[in-house]
Amino acid sequence: MKYSSQAVAKPYFIAAVGLFVGQILFGLIMGLQYVVGDFLFPAIPFNVARMVHTNLLIVWLLFGFMGAAYYLVPEEAERELQSPRLALALFWIFLVAGVLTILGYLLVPYAGLAKLTGNAIWPTMGREFLEQPTITKLGIVVVALGFLFNIGMTILRGRKTAVSLVLLIGLTGLAVLFLFSLYNPTNLVEDKFYWWWVVHLWVEGVWELILGSILAFVLIKITGVDREVIEKWLYVIIAMTLITGVIGTGHHYYWIGTPGYWKWWGSIFSAMEPIPFFMMTVFAFNMVNRRRRNHPNKAATLWALGCAVMAFLGAGVWGFLHTLAPVNYYTHGTQITAAHGHMAFYGAYVMIVLTMISYAMPQLRGRVANNERAQVLEMWSFWLMTVSMVFITLFLTAAGILQVWLQRYSENPQPFMVVQEKLALFYWMREVAGLVFLLGLVLYVASFFVQGEEVQVVEGGTAEAAA
Amino acid sequence: MSGSFTKSMARNIFYGGSLFFVLLFLALTFDTQEAIPHRDAHQMITPQVALGKKVWEENDCIGCHTILGEGAYFAPELGNVYKRRGPAFIKAWIKSQPSGVHGRRQMPQFHLTDKELDALVAFFKYTSEIDTNHWPPNIQG
Repeated sequence: MKYSSQAVAKPYFIAAVGLFVGQILFGLIMGLQYVVGDFLFPAIPFNVARMVHTNLLIVWLLFGFMGAAYYLVPEEAERELQSPRLALALFWIFLVAGVLTILGYLLVPYAGLAKLTGNAIWPTMGREFLEQPTITKLGIVVVALGFLFNIGMTILRGRKTAVSLVLLIGLTGLAVLFLFSLYNPTNLVEDKFYWWWVVHLWVEGVWELILGSILAFVLIKITGVDREVIEKWLYVIIAMTLITGVIGTGHHYYWIGTPGYWKWWGSIFSAMEPIPFFMMTVFAFNMVNRRRRNHPNKAATLWALGCAVMAFLGAGVWGFLHTLAPVNYYTHGTQITAAHGHMAFYGAYVMIVLTMISYAMPQLRGRVANNERAQVLEMWSFWLMTVSMVFITLFLTAAGILQVWLQRYSENPQPFMVVQEKLALFYWMREVAGLVFLLGLVLYVASFFVQGEEVQVVEGGTAEAAA
Repeated sequence: MSGSFTKSMARNIFYGGSLFFVLLFLALTFDTQEAIPHRDAHQMITPQVALGKKVWEENDCIGCHTILGEGAYFAPELGNVYKRRGPAFIKAWIKSQPSGVHGRRQMPQFHLTDKELDALVAFFKYTSEIDTNHWPPNIQG
């Protein structure tokens, strides 16, 4: 850690991991409700568990992005953060608002929460992923503005690198596009059309800039490859992201009342969306192969490579699988979508945040890398979580194919619930894979507490574990 | 990547390419806004439908169901439920929940008034008339 103000990243990372654990627990509850329908009913109905599961994911990823920015930007700008106190104040505001919102979901019926928070005055609730009360949404906007001011001023007054500029563009886009969550027309077609400006243009647009920037930063640090090379790659990758991904929004405009030409625009451009992810994989492996030093943090290297591969598989391959309009006609809104969603979010965004935490957290705790035993445990958690996520995706894909066949494609289409019962085997296997994921997560958390011999730093940044 | 391809060239591709496609996207958005009124059944949006959408949102129906294929995949598609089940069934179904059948997926009791139930049905009637390019493939959703 080169600048003392980078330390504000630490509480952000701790909160991120804590909320991640909560997200997974609620995921397991939902997974079980898929097969034991009345599990925890009426205490936690499925829709409540799902809100908690998806909202916790978004909130902890945002904590991770913000922590990553607070760690990365001072080092890139070569100066202290504009205001560490503001960063800490925003941390507590965001955490308290986030926890209160989640508690609201759990403790009050949703309609009651809507009444309590005055949804009638400015109705924005009850839309997928944007279930937060309007007051929470406004709070998120305030936190985002304060955060952008803090990061932006630090960059403006310091060294401007491609890594920090791309990060700033991504974060600014994130904040600006979120404003569309406050627009909720009665016309369902328009509602859905602009809802995607938040959801799609986040995860298949500006979030990829954040992902690329963090990945580039970590690769510069752990490989020692010339910044010029890495930043050139970064620009090419994110150029392809926006060139394909912006018009690629069209793959959500096939069946929601928008004109038929979106089937062409959406299919053609979103079919190219895997390209930047493939380039990211090639990039990450290339840089690690051309490394000029052997960074002692092997776990961080593993996360970085794993992130690139899994993002390509989850977002790229599983996205392509159902993105063409004639295919999507049958798969739209089935378990195929769920399969893609799980691996894409894990591969691209969960793993990039864990990559950054893996790299930065040891430094925030005053060492260049964790001891060997802690790293081995962390790498075990990597494999358990990653492999189990592959299986969750495969089981959901199998369920989805069967669902499409029975409910949409065969001669005698069967009702939704009849079909669901026939998918039970796959849902059970998904739940078992989910338990393995939880085991991996427990080991991940445990890896922060493993004591061992300090890693010794040899000159020039190269290091070996003490014998 | 080879030496002749410089970082500033890559940067220019990023800024130029992104700007071009963002502008194209905005142009398509403008055209879509012009075209939507011919497809979105907006003539059916009455105050009652607006109330129905509010009931839909304030009870987080999308947390279990899909509407036009978007939402959660735990319970049936409702964009076309008006055509699949009809108004009387929809109201009776909502009123009779939860079923309490052991091991079955449970839908909560939302304590909707008759006015809210009628509004919700009107909302479903409206959504079933949106031109969705013939989606879903069949009545089962």
